[in-house]
Amino acid sequence: MSNSKRIIIEPVTRVEGHGKVSILLDENNKVTQARFHVVEFRGFERFIQGRPYWEIPVLVQRLCGICPVSHHLAAAKAMDKIVGVDKLTPTAEKLRRLMHYGQMFQSHALHFFHLCSPDLLFGFDADPKIRNVIGVAIKYPELAVQGVMMRKYGQEIIKATAGKKIHGTGAIPGGINKNLSIAERDVFLKDIKQMLDWARGALNIAKDYTVKNLDMLKPFASFDSNHLSLVRSDGAMDLYHGNLRAITADGKKIFDQVDYSNYSDYIAEEVKSWSYMKFPFIKSLGPQNGWYRVGPLAGINTCDFIDTPEAEKARKDFMALTSNKPNNITMAYHWARMIELLHSAEKINELLHDKDLQGTDLVVKGKRRNEGVGLIEAPRGTLFHHYKINDNDQIISANLIVSTTNNNEPFNRAVQKVAADYIDGVPKITEGLLNRIEVAIRAYDPCLSCATHALGKMPLIVTLYDYQGNEIDSKTKQ
Amino acid sequence: MSEQITFTIDGIEIKGKAGQTIIEAADEAGIYIPRLCYHPELAPHGSCRVCTVLVNGKPQSACTQPIAEGITVENNTKELDEHRRNLIDMLFIEGNHFCMFCEKSGNCELQAVAYRLGILAPKYPYFFPKKDVDSTHPDIFLDLNRCILCGRCVSASRDIDGKGVFEFVGRSIEKKIAVNAEASLKDTNLKQADKAADVCPVGTINKKRTAFAIPIGKRLYDSKPIGSDIESRRK
Repeated sequence: MSNSKRIIIEPVTRVEGHGKVSILLDENNKVTQARFHVVEFRGFERFIQGRPYWEIPVLVQRLCGICPVSHHLAAAKAMDKIVGVDKLTPTAEKLRRLMHYGQMFQSHALHFFHLCSPDLLFGFDADPKIRNVIGVAIKYPELAVQGVMMRKYGQEIIKATAGKKIHGTGAIPGGINKNLSIAERDVFLKDIKQMLDWARGALNIAKDYTVKNLDMLKPFASFDSNHLSLVRSDGAMDLYHGNLRAITADGKKIFDQVDYSNYSDYIAEEVKSWSYMKFPFIKSLGPQNGWYRVGPLAGINTCDFIDTPEAEKARKDFMALTSNKPNNITMAYHWARMIELLHSAEKINELLHDKDLQGTDLVVKGKRRNEGVGLIEAPRGTLFHHYKINDNDQIISANLIVSTTNNNEPFNRAVQKVAADYIDGVPKITEGLLNRIEVAIRAYDPCLSCATHALGKMPLIVTLYDYQGNEIDSKTKQ
Repeated sequence: MSEQITFTIDGIEIKGKAGQTIIEAADEAGIYIPRLCYHPELAPHGSCRVCTVLVNGKPQSACTQPIAEGITVENNTKELDEHRRNLIDMLFIEGNHFCMFCEKSGNCELQAVAYRLGILAPKYPYFFPKKDVDSTHPDIFLDLNRCILCGRCVSASRDIDGKGVFEFVGRSIEKKIAVNAEASLKDTNLKQADKAADVCPVGTINKKRTAFAIPIGKRLYDSKPIGSDIESRRK
């Protein structure tokens, strides 16, 4: 009884939300399982019931203050279906895309420069007193400034398209409520070259870091997994719209070009008693083997090519690292994320030169339906919104599979891998273990508040349990 | 030519016409008195009390009180604005007003008056009352969570549309707007073009499929506070 061991780490910092980790040991103090608990609950799916459908894109984006645009657009895409619209006007679609690329750009810049760069620049074991955004600002002031300015640029694009930097109203069922004026466009054109430059610079940092430290990063928190994302009908990466594609760890297609309205034929969700976050899996593979990763790493792995030249070149470099097979290195998320950042900047540049943004045909009407599904590639990966409404226009059911939820099992695998590598018969939580668990979780840029639709800040508690479930060590990181 | 009546509001001499209420004369003269239930095309209701002014030192609702020769009206005072803020704070907590996703946001008179008076956060604990939603009408969505019982829809439907679709029922905290039908709004003869569907100062009576069509920045109260249109009349 007394030799039982279990490790808990909480809270996890520099991710959005709140996390708690339990590590379960066997009789020989070997790690048998790690659980990344998400312990808050918000219940958006329940409390939007009864609300009119047109309110939803504005309401559900309140799930998050970091990527509300993704929820806003995924819900709006679902509502397009509800109002019977399968194709928007060019102006509406391009405005929404601009909003989305602005969102991707600012979120990825925030994560790279402010959340993960301290780990990359100072090393996992650097003193937490300098391994933070202030430390980056002191030692690498130009990077800290770039992070702020890139985030601002993305946020200003969101404001110009959605009306507000956070929680705007731009996308409405069947279209958009404003176009982009010439004056608004010119403000963004003035700075786009600088943004492209900085995006290239960030990509290089992430790439050089990964290549230089490959021996250390390759096994770190890594494991084989399936990958899932939206791809365009020609196989190109498309962050705003496409069909579902899932591949195995070695690149075999599990399904391809699936109309996302039928996602529930391919993907199911499992509930576990110890987390409010559900566990999605590919039905044909079952819950044991059907879990998958989403987000930048999965997006680069699943697509055939990227339709912007610089990001495509970067993708080829990235894929060359693993001989054009899917990359399963957890820490490669950072590199992949910067490819998406550059792709978003290229797309913004492309769109700003498109006269359709000044069009005035904003909304399409169609024949009302009672069900709508909307998917988008959010900064943290594929985001599912699914709604059913009654004949009185009220929501009767909703299912949201948030990007971070898709990565639920991968979190556990990453933490388990780190714990197994780091706890070698000594049932103790060391500073090194705490740091590494955080670094592994942070690679996914998880947004736990979205995933459980939860409140709160994000401290990390790690607790170590023995094979009989008794707590033997616990450490908290603020 | 109607009889001219001279009086003062906050020391400014106003020349009104006999039969006008204080709010009508003030509006004409370009002086904004905060209000919620008052609507220039409807009979004054005097229920919200937000337009309360001091007439020769006595509190009166400006929308119901007729002007009189030589009266002294106090409107723009710290004390009155404090009373108004309290009234509005109570309206917020008695209902379920979630401006962040309300389709009326930016065009809502309750929100706009609150902003104008400097209310940035609730002062009293929320009641979180259970209120009804009626979405049965094909073109109109009724959300009583946001109703402030101003009575505009009651008057408009009765006096302008000649229909009597809405009526008050209950008393005190139980008081609410009811529809004049066996079951729900779809059983009434309310039409989207009716005045009653057009006068709600908050997000209670909403025309379906029009939400969020006006972008942020172009909404009624985005750039200028409520009452600016009245104040622009001032010579």
